[in-house]
Amino acid sequence: MVRVDGTSGGESLVRIRGLDKTYRRGSEVIHVLQGLNLDVEKGEFVAFMGPSGSGKTTLLNLLGGLDTPSRGTISVAGDEITHMSAGKLTQWRARHVGFIFQMYNLLPVLTAFQNVELPLLLTKLSKAERKQHVDTALAIVGLEDRKDHYPRQLSGGQEQRVAVARAIVADPTFLLCDEPTGDLDRKSADEVLDLLTRLCREHGKTILMVSHDPLAADRAGAVLHLNKGALVEAQGAGGPA
Amino acid sequence: MKYLRLLLVNLFRKKIRTGLTIGSFAIAMLLFGLLVIVRFAFNQGVEVAGADRLIVMNRVTFIEFLPLSYMDRIASIPGIKGVTHATWFSGTYQDPKNFFPQFAIDPGTWHEVYPEYVVPDAEWKAFLDDQQSAIAGEVTAKRFGWKIGDRIPLEGTIFSGHWQFNLVGIYTGARPQDDTTQFWFHYDYLNETLKQKGARFGVNQAGWYVVKLENPDDAVTVVKKIDQTFANSSAETKTDTDLAFAASFAKQTGNIELIILVIGSIVFFTLLLVTGNTMAITVRERTAELAILKALGFSDRFILFFVLAESVLIALIGGTLGIGVAVVLAKLAMAYSNPLASVLPVLYFPADQVVVGIAAAVVVGGLAGLLPALAASQLKVVDALRRI
Repeated sequence: MVRVDGTSGGESLVRIRGLDKTYRRGSEVIHVLQGLNLDVEKGEFVAFMGPSGSGKTTLLNLLGGLDTPSRGTISVAGDEITHMSAGKLTQWRARHVGFIFQMYNLLPVLTAFQNVELPLLLTKLSKAERKQHVDTALAIVGLEDRKDHYPRQLSGGQEQRVAVARAIVADPTFLLCDEPTGDLDRKSADEVLDLLTRLCREHGKTILMVSHDPLAADRAGAVLHLNKGALVEAQGAGGPA
Repeated sequence: MKYLRLLLVNLFRKKIRTGLTIGSFAIAMLLFGLLVIVRFAFNQGVEVAGADRLIVMNRVTFIEFLPLSYMDRIASIPGIKGVTHATWFSGTYQDPKNFFPQFAIDPGTWHEVYPEYVVPDAEWKAFLDDQQSAIAGEVTAKRFGWKIGDRIPLEGTIFSGHWQFNLVGIYTGARPQDDTTQFWFHYDYLNETLKQKGARFGVNQAGWYVVKLENPDDAVTVVKKIDQTFANSSAETKTDTDLAFAASFAKQTGNIELIILVIGSIVFFTLLLVTGNTMAITVRERTAELAILKALGFSDRFILFFVLAESVLIALIGGTLGIGVAVVLAKLAMAYSNPLASVLPVLYFPADQVVVGIAAAVVVGGLAGLLPALAASQLKVVDALRRI
């Protein structure tokens, strides 16, 4: 169960304590996140909502080890990532995080198969093993017949599904989704949300998603609002968790 | 190897730009290659000079003759394995532009001193049997379309008159850099003809002697001994090693090394700017993709080497292409028609210089890619993704 009061005593998959993030703009200090606490258990689907500039993406970047906090700690599956060196953090990211971005961010020169294979290049898997993993991931997102297509030959929804396949192919600890449906029409957005829901329900994936879209948030088991740098639980949704 | 595909697809995503950059490299390295060929051509004598050979010339100037009688006296000096002599003929074949070196030689001793010139036994025997015969180097023979059995007319300049030679052999070089542009004929034919004409100039005189040492380490002693032998005579000698003679001959054409160094430096510096600019544009265009790779877990070091590898690959392809074309041009020129034959008879790209050229291209490629690669590796993912 998702908690934001920092009182969880159990072993959460994601545990954030007293997280601060401040930026400097000239002489002005901007407090984006202040004393934020969060506990997410394995297999939960959590949506973060809030107005632009409320720090949703900052929180996601901190969770993904792309940014470092000003204060506080983040632990994922027992690893405290806040004090890891940049090199260690890179390795940790490769093993534990699956990113899904709003703009898909596929490499245009690679086919769907090659894009999905990218995270596996960092592993010691053989070519045959990599192929098996990629085929499985593409089958999960329903794009096995498009594996030789380049991103320009795919629709936006298909591109995002390839991005989802890339995010799950190395079987990461959790998925971080930054506005995954923000650039899609309703139908494609629903397909991607169906896919995320299925990944959570059927494959037990832990998903942390930032979204402006209330319909997207409805799919989550818990919706958290960012307000003045802190998280507030909005509802106990009837989502997958 | 698993990253090679990623490297190649990135390299050729902007085919025109990559093509033009590779083209710049190829043209620059072709220029470098041509400079190497010219440098080698000027220094060819130095490159092939025998470590165990000495050149004995007239002390006044090398265009003055030495008496033919010196031959036996030189041969009797200890430490000498063999002696031969040659005389510069300087005849004109059809047109003064058709220059090639012609030597009146002593066939009985020539072969022992110059073993790198290869003549088939039957052709050499035919040469020995006919005093009016001649042997041409394969480059010269190809250049004028000569075949064995042809009659070669030369118009004398130093030794006036119409001279006719029977071509009985074609020699090749044991090494690719050996000069195969020469034309040899019997000294006796020259000497006897001069005598018959009643000439005094050049009769019983040789242009220079070439000495083969038993041991190259004895060069200094033997040089002294030869020059002492002919000291205070009417034709004093100046003896040098083959290498020193060739080097002093090459120096007469000016400081080719300096010219090549200056041009080469400009070429490489220009390449550095061109490739550096291309790589900087490439990295700027791909900021988002590089950020994604980092987000996926590719390390800063991987990104550094990934960008560097692209730059080096451009350099490697362009460099190989440019130097390859230079090598082919040199080979074609020697096989068919050397346009510089009168000045630079041997056009050759030494194998070690191919390696040096390609290595230099790779170093330039690496240097050019270094700053963009560092910038890419230090890219902050969060900042880069914010710009998308």
